[in-house]
Amino acid sequence: MTRTRPEPVQVVKQRRDNALRVIVEGVPYAQFLGIEFERHGDELTAVLPFNEKLIGNPALPALHGGATAAFLEVTAIIELSWSMVWEDLETGRIDAGDLDRTHLPRLPKTIDFTVDYLRSGLPRDAYARARVNRSGRRYASVHVEGWQDNRSRLFAQATGHFLMPSRDE
Amino acid sequence: MPDKKTSAANQFIQSLPHSVALGMELVEIGDGFAVIRMPYDKRLIGDPETGVIHGGAVSALMDTCGGAAVMSHPSGANGTATLDLRIDYMRPATPGQTITARAECYNATRSVAFVRATATDDDHERPVAAATGAFTLERSK
Repeated sequence: MTRTRPEPVQVVKQRRDNALRVIVEGVPYAQFLGIEFERHGDELTAVLPFNEKLIGNPALPALHGGATAAFLEVTAIIELSWSMVWEDLETGRIDAGDLDRTHLPRLPKTIDFTVDYLRSGLPRDAYARARVNRSGRRYASVHVEGWQDNRSRLFAQATGHFLMPSRDE
Repeated sequence: MPDKKTSAANQFIQSLPHSVALGMELVEIGDGFAVIRMPYDKRLIGDPETGVIHGGAVSALMDTCGGAAVMSHPSGANGTATLDLRIDYMRPATPGQTITARAECYNATRSVAFVRATATDDDHERPVAAATGAFTLERSK
């Protein structure tokens, strides 16, 4: 019985991190807000480092509802793209050598997005994780949770529907 | 010509760092009604292949405009926060064009204000997005 040796861990990590970087860098608005992504296996956590320009209510101060909404929407879109790319990457359908925008599927388009504001966003870093509840050939439904200090005390959550890019181009 | 109410409301928008960062400008304000514009900016692009503004930036515009409509409602709010906001994206905004949001606070109870809003680009006949939201209504006692 012949077994192929598992790939060196650094090769695997580099391939996955590269793919994630290409996806995230493809969204200029994510750079504008300063959103970063941390990856553990296929699990992504979005981080929104605090910045003065995210403030909506200077008196409290509190994060702008629009900044929160955008953070959650970016998290949902990146998670959806990532889940599509992950499969292609792991099965070798996308070659790790030519990982750039032109070889990746196009970004999903938001159909609708509903944000539920649970408490005001504090002037500090925020985190978010998205869960793809349903991903079909054309439509996807994604839920996102956002928190700051305590994972169990969400400051906002959102649900959105997305139009998936056609995959046979 | 900007009247007193408009310039006061514009001052309010200009005091919100995130709204300033996105380049928002107040166009008009009335009783429970607000119009705010956001010029096209490459930093706000969601998909570089199309150059279309990210939905999140449109959300921020809708949210700001909804809040302004609540603040201008005759019920006399002295503070507001978004409870929930749903946005439907009807079509991609045309790259290069300013997005204008119009929000109306169509009902206000003692502590909650209900808002609907639409966003258009240069083509006013076909909205880019529509929103409905509930906002808190804080009153001075």
